[in-house]
Amino acid sequence: MVEKIKAKQVEEQVKMINIYIMGKHYQVPEGLTILTAMEYCGYRLIRGCGCRAGFCGACATVFNFKDDPQLRYDLACQKTVEPDMYLVQIPFFPAAKALYNLEEIEPDVEQILALYPDLVTCFGCNNCTKTCPQELEVMWFMSDALRGDIGEVATKSFDCVMCGLCAARCPQGLVPYNVALLCRRLYGRYLAPVSKHLEDRIAEIEAGKFDAELEKLEKMEKSKLQKLYDERDIEPAY
Amino acid sequence: MYPLYMEESIRKVEASRGKRLKETLSRLTGEEKTPLLKKHHPDFIGESMRELLVGSNKGDRTPKEMADLLEGNSRINPDKIDLGKVDYDVDVLVIGCGGAGASAALLAQENGAKVLLVTKLRLGDANTVGAQAGIQAADRPNDSPIIHYLDTMGGGRFTNIPELVEALVKDAPSAIKWLETLGVNWDKEPDGSLHELSGGGASRRRLHSARDYTGLEEMRVLRDEIKCRQIDYIEFAPAVELILDDQGRVAGAILVDMEANELSLVRAKAVVMATGGMGRLHIQGFPTTNHYGATADGLVLAYRAGAEMIFIDTMQYHPTGVAYPTQILGQLVTEKVRTLGAQLANVDGEQFIMPLEPRDVVASAIIRECQESKKGIETPTGEVGVWLDSPMIDIIRGEGTIAGELPAMVRQFARFNIDIVKEPMLVYPTLHYQNGGIKIDTNGATTVPGLLAAGEVGGGVHGRNRLIGNSTLDLFVFGRRAGKAAAEYAKKVKPGSLTLDHVRQWQAELKKAGLADSRPISPLLLPNYARQPHDYLPDYTKPTLTVGQVKIA
Ligand SMILES: Cc1cc2nc3c(=O)[nH]c(=O)nc-3n(C[C@H](O)[C@H](O)[C@H](O)COP(=O)(O)OP(=O)(O)OC[C@H]3O[C@@H](n4cnc5c(N)ncnc54)[C@H](O)[C@@H]3O)c2cc1C
Ligand code: FES
Repeated sequence: MVEKIKAKQVEEQVKMINIYIMGKHYQVPEGLTILTAMEYCGYRLIRGCGCRAGFCGACATVFNFKDDPQLRYDLACQKTVEPDMYLVQIPFFPAAKALYNLEEIEPDVEQILALYPDLVTCFGCNNCTKTCPQELEVMWFMSDALRGDIGEVATKSFDCVMCGLCAARCPQGLVPYNVALLCRRLYGRYLAPVSKHLEDRIAEIEAGKFDAELEKLEKMEKSKLQKLYDERDIEPAY
Repeated sequence: MYPLYMEESIRKVEASRGKRLKETLSRLTGEEKTPLLKKHHPDFIGESMRELLVGSNKGDRTPKEMADLLEGNSRINPDKIDLGKVDYDVDVLVIGCGGAGASAALLAQENGAKVLLVTKLRLGDANTVGAQAGIQAADRPNDSPIIHYLDTMGGGRFTNIPELVEALVKDAPSAIKWLETLGVNWDKEPDGSLHELSGGGASRRRLHSARDYTGLEEMRVLRDEIKCRQIDYIEFAPAVELILDDQGRVAGAILVDMEANELSLVRAKAVVMATGGMGRLHIQGFPTTNHYGATADGLVLAYRAGAEMIFIDTMQYHPTGVAYPTQILGQLVTEKVRTLGAQLANVDGEQFIMPLEPRDVVASAIIRECQESKKGIETPTGEVGVWLDSPMIDIIRGEGTIAGELPAMVRQFARFNIDIVKEPMLVYPTLHYQNGGIKIDTNGATTVPGLLAAGEVGGGVHGRNRLIGNSTLDLFVFGRRAGKAAAEYAKKVKPGSLTLDHVRQWQAELKKAGLADSRPISPLLLPNYARQPHDYLPDYTKPTLTVGQVKIA
């Protein structure tokens, strides 16, 4: 492949590196993320870009290197470009999502398997874990789901940004991120211990306990309110 | 890994840690705050704002970047739109799917409306997903809606609309409960009581969280519920103009498919605007914590339809945006880091502000420390910042606290070989939140009939400065209220015939004010970060080429 003559560096101290976007050669300053490197090359993104901060999973991406064909996976907005990276934008993968009414389902293994019966076909190749940009133990929480250990699935999968890379790589077409979401919702709804003080406060508000006092504050002139505010006691942070 | 010279300053931070652990700076009084804000808060830089020359807030000041868009030219030519060709006919149209839009869609559907939810990127690609620290609700025994009210009013410098704050604090505990019923996993103690932390400007511990992925957890659940209930939604289809009816009521919207440039027309009896904030306008050149689509579109659309805005001259600069490493410049370092005990320290390792003051105060103090006192730390790329001493957290609360409470932060910095358990983080204020917006009442109604608004796009709840955890609360309180109210309104209203005359009038008004040629096309839809090639185009191509994000016939 013909390499471009090294771009004249406007600022001497900026080091330019070679990258390849869908096979085409570009030079970008070092220290950009994959996302900003694409923008530097002139791409205006519509797809594949959301929070730009590692939380939404929109920018899941696959890359490898000029002399190393092994695929790597990451979030384009978080991963710094490295010399000789080959970048692509990954296509959209439709993924199975069960429909359910949370109020009408049970937090147990039969329920999980009824909604995601293919779960049993997992043969433990561990591709999902290897692709996870959040470094979650995907295969392990899938086996927790298979055993009906919903709490474990919730804990292990908690930091999932639902980028979809695990599902894209699963040879059995399983969708770990949706299975995990079902389990977390079941956990939050049915298994997490109930907060009594929350229930009590809701009842107090419904009974109108604070209404008179609130009304008084709402009518209070600013200087008096300011005084109350300045004099309020402050609970220590810890 | 920090460069060597920065490590030297870190040694000073470590050296002063013992002393600082015992030192509590007192909170500033009202009289002390005012001069600090006036001198150092970006909102007070006069030349950064200008008066609006057209529209319902004519004469009000707003940042120039915002003013340009509010006074922008429409993306459509009404004469070329066939209003007889309706693509979707619904009761309630919800524009924008963050927390507010999702809540509104769910409640509208529950209240019997046929709902269409449209959004600019994917469902849930929104500011909501990035919320880390949590959500306020006064539900612990030593707390009450009264104290929450006082904290919120004081945080907003007593400019908040009282009825809105009342609704906010009274609905808060039931909003937490609602989310839990939908399957949100709150951080809890083993006995079920909610694990709550304090936050800037809050006098009680009332911040509910889900690790430091609170907004992600909320958004994942709401998005799933929308799918499970099979509520209709369209992604990558931003609204570019509202449609009115012959009686001046909002009666739908025009959407554009961002990839195919195709327009579609939605007729709706009521519209809920839930398009979020404006961080991507980069006011005063600040970096931002906001998602890619935070470009103030909803304000623009509503303004053009005649809605009144409130507090559009105040933006929130989050005190702690990342100043180093450059790859994540301006991204959020959640306030939860301070909530858990981390202090701020300057180049010499000295504290200069009590870390849990309201955000406007802390941000101003950091700016003063760097710009006036010159006690910031400069980065290799010329940014400046102060230290946020994260390792204190594990010292105060025990080893493992940081890993358990702040996994997102640990992960984000670990990518750059910075271990926030052992080393502090370098921070500087970043553009975070739009304090004001479309003026709403307690049910989300705006000054234009048929148009409701909820979430960050709305204004009045937070006055001139929002407290931590009150925004995500706002979404679920006013998003739900607006959704319900929209469904109820839709049952009663008898729609008239559709019109885009307001767009014609708007363009005429711009022309009359001499602005039509100097203002950009709006809404912006997406910022343009693509590096521009040098201009090699012959002039004759230019009229046919597009300005802005998408081509519109
Ligand atoms: C990084 C970060 C951390 C935060 N942390 C906290 C916190 O801990 N606690 C707290 O209370 N608050 C926090 N906030 C603030 C809070 O999260 C936001 O204010 C809130 O989530 C906004 O919700 P929303 O639903 O109003 O808007 P968003 O969540 O931004 O949703 C708006 C939606 O509208 C879409 N949209 C925009 N324009 C159009 C258009 N023209 N047509 C159709 N759709 C459109 C967008 O794409 C987006 O999906 C944080 C904000 C950020 C950015
Ligand atoms: S853009 Fe949201 S995770 Fe990268």
